Amino acid sequence: MKSHTPKAAPHVTQNEALIFERSQPGRTGYSLPPLDVDETPLDELVPEEFRRDDELEGLPEVSETDVVRHFTRISTWNYSVDLGMYPLGSCTMKYNSRLNEKVARINGFANLHPLAPDAEAQGALQLLHELQEHLAEITGLPGVSLQPAAGAHGEMTGIMLIRALLDSRDGVAESNSPRRNVMLIPDSAHGTNPASANLSGFKVKTVKSTAEGLTDLEALRALCAEGDIAGLMLTNPNTLGLFERNIKEICGIIHDAGGLVYMDGANMNALVGVARPGDMGVDVIHLNLHKTFSTPHGGGGPGSGPCCCTKELEPFLPTPRVVKDVRGGDETYKLDFNRPQSIGRVKAFHGNFGMAVRALSYILTHGRDGLREATEAAVLNARYIAQGLKDDYDKPFDSPPMHEVVFTDKRQSRKGVHTLDIAKRLIDYGFHPMTIYFPLIVQGAMLIEPTESVGRGELDQFIYAMKQIAREALEDPETVLNAPHTTRIGRLDEAAAARKPVLRWKAEEQVSAA
Amino acid sequence: MANVPEKLNYSKDHEWIKVEGETGTVGITDHAQHALGDVVYVELPKVGDKFEAHEAFGSVESVKAVSELFSPVSGEVIEVNESLQDEPEKVNTDPYGEAWMIRIRVGSAGEVDSLLTSAEYEDYLKAETE
Amino acid sequence: MRYIPNSPDERQEMLASVGLNSIEELFTSLPEDIRLREPLNIPAALSELELLAQFEAMGERNHAARRPSFLGAGAYAHYSPTIVDHLIQRSEFFTAYTPYQPEISQGTLQAIFEFQTLVCQLTGMEVANASMYDGSTALAEAVMMAERVTRRSRVVVSPAIHPEYLEVVQTYVQHAGIELVRADFDEQTGQTSIANDTALNAAAALVVQSPNFFGSIENLKAMAERAHKAGALFIVCVTEAISLGLLRTPGACDADIVVAEGQSFGVPVSFGGPFVGLFATKEKFARQMPGRLVGIAADKEGRRGFVLTLATREQHIRREKATSNICTNQGLIALAATVYLTTMGRRGIEEVATQCAQKTAYAARRIAELEGFSLPYSAPRFNEFVVRAPIAAAELLNRLANKHNVTGGLALSRYFPDKPNDILVCCTELNKRDEIDKLIDGLSSSSKI
Repeated sequence: MKSHTPKAAPHVTQNEALIFERSQPGRTGYSLPPLDVDETPLDELVPEEFRRDDELEGLPEVSETDVVRHFTRISTWNYSVDLGMYPLGSCTMKYNSRLNEKVARINGFANLHPLAPDAEAQGALQLLHELQEHLAEITGLPGVSLQPAAGAHGEMTGIMLIRALLDSRDGVAESNSPRRNVMLIPDSAHGTNPASANLSGFKVKTVKSTAEGLTDLEALRALCAEGDIAGLMLTNPNTLGLFERNIKEICGIIHDAGGLVYMDGANMNALVGVARPGDMGVDVIHLNLHKTFSTPHGGGGPGSGPCCCTKELEPFLPTPRVVKDVRGGDETYKLDFNRPQSIGRVKAFHGNFGMAVRALSYILTHGRDGLREATEAAVLNARYIAQGLKDDYDKPFDSPPMHEVVFTDKRQSRKGVHTLDIAKRLIDYGFHPMTIYFPLIVQGAMLIEPTESVGRGELDQFIYAMKQIAREALEDPETVLNAPHTTRIGRLDEAAAARKPVLRWKAEEQVSAA
Repeated sequence: MANVPEKLNYSKDHEWIKVEGETGTVGITDHAQHALGDVVYVELPKVGDKFEAHEAFGSVESVKAVSELFSPVSGEVIEVNESLQDEPEKVNTDPYGEAWMIRIRVGSAGEVDSLLTSAEYEDYLKAETE
Repeated sequence: MRYIPNSPDERQEMLASVGLNSIEELFTSLPEDIRLREPLNIPAALSELELLAQFEAMGERNHAARRPSFLGAGAYAHYSPTIVDHLIQRSEFFTAYTPYQPEISQGTLQAIFEFQTLVCQLTGMEVANASMYDGSTALAEAVMMAERVTRRSRVVVSPAIHPEYLEVVQTYVQHAGIELVRADFDEQTGQTSIANDTALNAAAALVVQSPNFFGSIENLKAMAERAHKAGALFIVCVTEAISLGLLRTPGACDADIVVAEGQSFGVPVSFGGPFVGLFATKEKFARQMPGRLVGIAADKEGRRGFVLTLATREQHIRREKATSNICTNQGLIALAATVYLTTMGRRGIEEVATQCAQKTAYAARRIAELEGFSLPYSAPRFNEFVVRAPIAAAELLNRLANKHNVTGGLALSRYFPDKPNDILVCCTELNKRDEIDKLIDGLSSSSKI
């Protein structure tokens, strides 16, 4: 590397094969107590025709030491929040507290069976109920279901609530399509929005954004005038990190057209304690507990996508609901299955309960003041980066950003250096790249979300790295174009991988036989 | 500048067609393959499927994009280029030759006449980039 | 707040450097009338010690977590080697995002590739994805995939599928123009009966769970033949994935799509989640699959690495035409399953499965001998079975809990009001013989009216 890197993250470079390639016949990594009941002959247990006949060939045979070394080694090839700033826009990669992990593993929670009778699961039901109350307070929307397992699942649930309300209000057309079948979605939205709308039988129409990066009210009115409007799916702050300041008017337009407003809560980290979607006119929202409420992302999940809605939509929430029963001075909690208007169940049991435990722990650890403080710090950090990089990168929208800021590669692309290259070069400076090429409406987008979990020193290092890369793009573009230089492997040939997909390991004899 | 062979007809959806008698051979243009990037998968119809002009007959995928393929004229599919299943990269290397996609029995000669000539397509591309 | 690094002074300096005087000015793009004027009605912050005490107290109120239990029905208590929870808590795994930048996500990517391989090996299928939310939503996705593949809209489902799974499928398909038709149930064997099923003709799929909700092992091979004859896909659902260590794989029975709940692989029951959905199919259907896939790739030097691939199926590219709306999946739980399966290995998985079946056979034999009790179904079983008691199941289970400190199983009346006296009993390798004996004594003495 030619340039000075103040913070390079070293990568452990030893090679580590696939676990199947490490396997040796006869190695074992487990121990079980001997069988303590009278043994039944295998054929009486399960007839041969129903038993496996391949002796699980191909599954690994390794020692416990092998397992620990294997997974520890490959783990070192990952970047992580615990290692440093992870500024993926729209993903809210904040600190995941170990305390939350600890409480989720309390015996009474971790080893509680989901079908235990209500009377024997009072603590768990109380916990779910408390979390529901807090999320209702944070969003200003009183009906809460914790059943959805992730953001997109919460979206689907929210849109199904809208569909159920419209169907009960307007009736269903004979073709089983809703009488109002148009769901409006801004062109800057997450891809999950149209996919979820489609699952509920709606037709998607796209709403343009203005040059300012906000929803185009005129375009919205024109679309509403076409009729059949079921609703609008809006992210606020939107995916450009800008607050839709006309939100009340937007909700008014949709309500006047007979539709409902769904808010994608992916960006709630900009609003908690500062403003509430319910007060803006929003009818239903999903939250991402794995973003705003810091349950760990875990390399892709699990998440949790609670759905919060108005009183009007509440009867349609998934079944069962967790409710509090107050009799005499006694407070008890129970599952309410008697919900004739419900859209039905969206997941077996009670949602990702373990994520609810962590999220409640997050909320109570912060308290009302800490929640607002986190929002303030997240917005301030994004503003600080916006200020720090505005002389070096094209910033397509003038308005001050909320918790995330979008830049583009417009200036660098003149030298042939594109967003992807900048992202890869950032790795050499010890940072995880930002979200790239999203939102789709901004060419060469780089969406940066620092979150509240980054201190000024690290923000300065990030700004320094980005400035260095901007300079390299001018003076030494090759270094940027061939980045990363410090990782165990270089850029991978994704086209070749997609043309001839190899999606699983096979033993050599299996491969050559094929 | 993209390669635009003279003897073909073009649609504004960036497909080309070469008509010989009743048979039309269809593929995507050099400009289109360039805009897509590395092609990784081509989804084609079955022999016997019928399409209207401008109707989607399949799709072509790069790593991070999907584009629909639109039939430049109406007609019935009489042959499909199966070799693109194994070697989709031909779309990038030889869009007008080995990467032809379907052969169709052309429904109406009038539709072919209403397509763009190579010169008109070149102008169209210029206008699009400006 | 101890998680937020910057001190009040640093924040003031940062504010000044972006040209602002007060924190409130950060929010001027929000109209005045929607900004909160009062603090949220949420308690003040708790210290670590206070929080721990409060959560411990809530945990104490979950009495069911502290007794020997014979509850299964879609969530199974199994032994999980210590290193499973240790390894998934490595910062590099649990605080990483979806592996969108492969150069610094190879740990996650390689682990997912191993997970996909293990799922294929266990189910006998050719391709598997990187996970779904759970077994129930995986089943709903499988049904919708069958509609895409066959372009048929009727789906025949076994009535012996987990009732909550069927509810979830119904929710997912209610606006998709898919009609669910229930097959018959054989009250003698406890198995699904499709002998007279005309609905199968022109169906997109036949969907069966095995072992089924009542514990009976289904005759998958015969059902696959029947489904394929009708031009339908054959979808197999497994809620107790440990059974795959002993039973003939759905792949060997010619299933087209296999979905399973992977919780049994080292994941605590945790009041129902987070679990992990497994999803596998035949190679020819790979492009119709929902969810993420990891594949092998090489860099310029020819070094092997792994990337997310075939992404054009997914919502971030194909939007409303995507194969599913799923984005976030159950990554860390899939990792737990991967570590579990690796640690237990070829021999351990088989041994756990065999112990489950052995203990269940013992318990079933002893209960069948009790006066007034019977086992209504004759089909072979794995680790669950239905017990018909002489008195109402709910009352009997109540007495067992209160007098014998045993959670005896599930009263089937929760889902089937027409089965008031039936209890679904599950044994795993964790149920020691003295617990089983205690259950049997308890059943015997509690059933007296």
